[in-house]
Amino acid sequence: MSLIRDAIDAVRRLVPEALPGALPSEAPPDPLIDARRVIGTPLSRVDGPLKVAGKARFAAEVPLDGLVYAALRYSAVARGRIAVLDTAAAEAAPGVLLVMTHRNAPRLSPPPLMMADPRGAAASSLPVMQDATIRWNGEPVALVVAATQEQAEHAASLIRIDYEAEAAALSFDAAKPHAAPPGDILGEPTTIKVGDAEAAVAGAAFRVDRIYRTPRHNHCAIEPHAVTVAWEGDSLTIHDATQMVHLTRSTMAAVFGIAEEQVRVLSPFVGGGFGNKAVWNHHVLAAAAARMVNRPVRLALSREGVFRATGGRTLTEQRVALGAKADGTLAGLIHSGVTGITSHNQCPEQFSFPARHLYAADSFLITQSAVELDMVANTFMRAPGESIGTFALESAIDELAETMGLDPVELRRRLEPERDPTSGLAFSSRHLVEAYRRGAERFGWDRRNPTPRARRDGDWLIGQGVATATYPYYRMPGGEARIRLRADGHAVVQMAAHEMGMGTATVQAQQAAERLGLPVERVTFEYGDSALPRGTLAGGSSQSASIAAAVAAAQAVLVEQLLRLAGNDSPLAGLKPAEVEARDGGLCYRDDPRRCESYASILRRAGQDELVAEAAAPPPAETQAYSMHSYGAQFCELRVNAVTGETRVTRWVGSFNTGRILNPKTAASQFRGGIIMGLGLALTEETLFDERTGRIMNPSLADYHVPVHLDVPEIDVIWNDIPDPHSPLGLHGIGEIGITGVGAAVANAVHNATGIRVRELPITLDKLL
Amino acid sequence: MRFIINGQSVERALDARTSLLDLLRDHLHLTGTKKGCNQGACGACTVLVEGERINACLALAVQYQERPITTIEGLGEEVALHPLQRAFIEHDGFQCGYCTPGQICSAVGMMAEAGRGVPSAVTADLDGDSVDLTHDELRERMSGNLCRCGAHNGIIEAIQAAMAPAPAQAAPVKEDAR
Repeated sequence: MSLIRDAIDAVRRLVPEALPGALPSEAPPDPLIDARRVIGTPLSRVDGPLKVAGKARFAAEVPLDGLVYAALRYSAVARGRIAVLDTAAAEAAPGVLLVMTHRNAPRLSPPPLMMADPRGAAASSLPVMQDATIRWNGEPVALVVAATQEQAEHAASLIRIDYEAEAAALSFDAAKPHAAPPGDILGEPTTIKVGDAEAAVAGAAFRVDRIYRTPRHNHCAIEPHAVTVAWEGDSLTIHDATQMVHLTRSTMAAVFGIAEEQVRVLSPFVGGGFGNKAVWNHHVLAAAAARMVNRPVRLALSREGVFRATGGRTLTEQRVALGAKADGTLAGLIHSGVTGITSHNQCPEQFSFPARHLYAADSFLITQSAVELDMVANTFMRAPGESIGTFALESAIDELAETMGLDPVELRRRLEPERDPTSGLAFSSRHLVEAYRRGAERFGWDRRNPTPRARRDGDWLIGQGVATATYPYYRMPGGEARIRLRADGHAVVQMAAHEMGMGTATVQAQQAAERLGLPVERVTFEYGDSALPRGTLAGGSSQSASIAAAVAAAQAVLVEQLLRLAGNDSPLAGLKPAEVEARDGGLCYRDDPRRCESYASILRRAGQDELVAEAAAPPPAETQAYSMHSYGAQFCELRVNAVTGETRVTRWVGSFNTGRILNPKTAASQFRGGIIMGLGLALTEETLFDERTGRIMNPSLADYHVPVHLDVPEIDVIWNDIPDPHSPLGLHGIGEIGITGVGAAVANAVHNATGIRVRELPITLDKLL
Repeated sequence: MRFIINGQSVERALDARTSLLDLLRDHLHLTGTKKGCNQGACGACTVLVEGERINACLALAVQYQERPITTIEGLGEEVALHPLQRAFIEHDGFQCGYCTPGQICSAVGMMAEAGRGVPSAVTADLDGDSVDLTHDELRERMSGNLCRCGAHNGIIEAIQAAMAPAPAQAAPVKEDAR
């Protein structure tokens, strides 16, 4: 049972009661779907001055009286037991207050698992430091608390640990024959079968049937995970870097057996998340240690610790088989494969999702299975599944286009479905062909030479490639917002949301200002604190839609309260909520703009300094009525050195359809950020996992290669800006779509440059020589 | 030990193992300088020592006594930002903001290096008195500062904008010259 499945069930239960006799598809569009007073303006980040001045305070920077520092030791085997544990030298080391191991750690409940338990934020359900058993190479086995970080780290190095190692499941290839389908893929069926796709592909006029491989990745947010924790009696305060403050609160409450109200999680700034900033062992260990030493404790993971004690994207092996008829339409589409997971998490890496929605075909076989390995729990990383699923699918489409002698953009146009090809639902908003048209024009695709290895500049082979980007629209259930409207005409909008660089603090103030009819300078958005109304997790590119829906609900309550408060002396007297709109710092009659009263006037007459309205967002019924996805076209130009095999990306155009854009400045950065992480996925990134020991061999930013400035060309991003009539404000979240399609666009361009088809990421020099 | 940080003299008794980065963050609460890797790979801890950029995580505090150190806090404050800080905001040269102080300090040091003619891996003329900071030069010279959010374009644009003469100081443009 996943969170998404829970949400779907909640919608099915709630919708008939909420809208008697009405299908969700009949819900009217958000009245602000075309509003452009504040929405759509390129406002600079409101937290910019704090961030550029170094004054934004992150989790490892909160000063507390009596603070002490923790360091971790990690297991050196993948599976087995701790046989010898000698902590005497560490305990005697200068400044040491505590050496915590499974022998003296408090008894704690296992953390509720994300996507499985509605309270869960934990990326793994394993108990934390409760026994001598080792379950992955890098599992925290001891923690030292000392007066300084230096003392803690030195003492941790003095602990002597020997292991009784046991045979571990580490080899993906060895485990593959035992691959089994998970129960579901994030609430979606594991397998979709329409017709006999194998027979259709086998009998088709044009065929592509290939295996693609993608490696493990790590998120590598520049801020390593950190918590600063303090107990006061049985109440716990956690200064955290998290994408889910409320789920962290409920998870920690469950682990320590205290009420959720006794836990407060604050996370005003997060130095990058990308899916990785959930609850891992360090949260539990820091809080347990703080309780034992009766002092506030800071546990900031080292960079190596981030690789050992938090997981990344898992590896996959995917098969894509396409069978096309002479007219360029598909007789059969097969996308299947295997991912590596663990027995203690629920993150199937949904690589098969894009193929469910992208192309029309007469028959489909879409299925994925998984093998369980002894490794740190793999987890959600920017466009989990879609990022690497589009590498395989969109590479195969390019191979098919080449086989057929068709332009790959034209092939995709011929494969464009009228309805969602596997669910049969209508698309809420697609416009992919338009994104391709605009992107191709911007890029100059019509001047591309389709013949591989035909363009050359000295030692450099030049190539161009294209691929489709796609990512679902999600809106999470359960979000609540509060609006505090003050008599001075300022509004504070509160929801325990997250700002990891997406622009939340800025963009949510913009959309709330639009909703309230206020200038954006008079709206403050407060977030990142579990004491605020319940936020939904920042994941699945869902947060903006989740917040917009909650704020709209709270504003509707606020309007009712204002009309009641306004009374008979107001120009608004006698009007119903549906007859007024928020404008110019107050409410106005829709049919007569002269009948207005400002918020300040209403509140003053009523003798109130403040009016507070709070409401929960309605369940995300729209996702049940429609196939809701974002789309894009990624165009890449690159050079491959014929002597060294080095690939340099020189030009990029990303053309997207993602509903409407709330802030073009921050949106462009999010698209670019996704594309740049995609360049790493395509060319340099790979977490090296030693299958003999289960050890990650490149746990550093020196050895795990993320794109640097010289790897990044100027990236041109454009968008259709067509509102989705079925989403709040007509928006789609855009945090993840940027990375999708990038791996394939690069691989397709490399093929165009060199004639070499690389089907295993990353596309390193050795594969091109 | 006595240190000169952002023009102010401070004294601290320190463990000799303390890095300059931990001195700033843990002992002086100057947390604008960030810890991203603690091994010189990410540049988030970049500060200026006598105007030159260094990774504070690879420097022992004890080595930097009595030498003027500038951190992001000394470059400009929220209400009186350095032109480069303002340009980073205008050009969206950051998202999460964690690598940002290091990027900005690094850019200040980098511009001074180019002004002194220090060549980079992409400099054609190794004997020049100063280096023209082309797009490639800027990208090469800033490659020691990692950004994972992907603000690279905005960072380079911000540096270019800060290098350009301010509009108010630029020569007036005649109407017929446009």
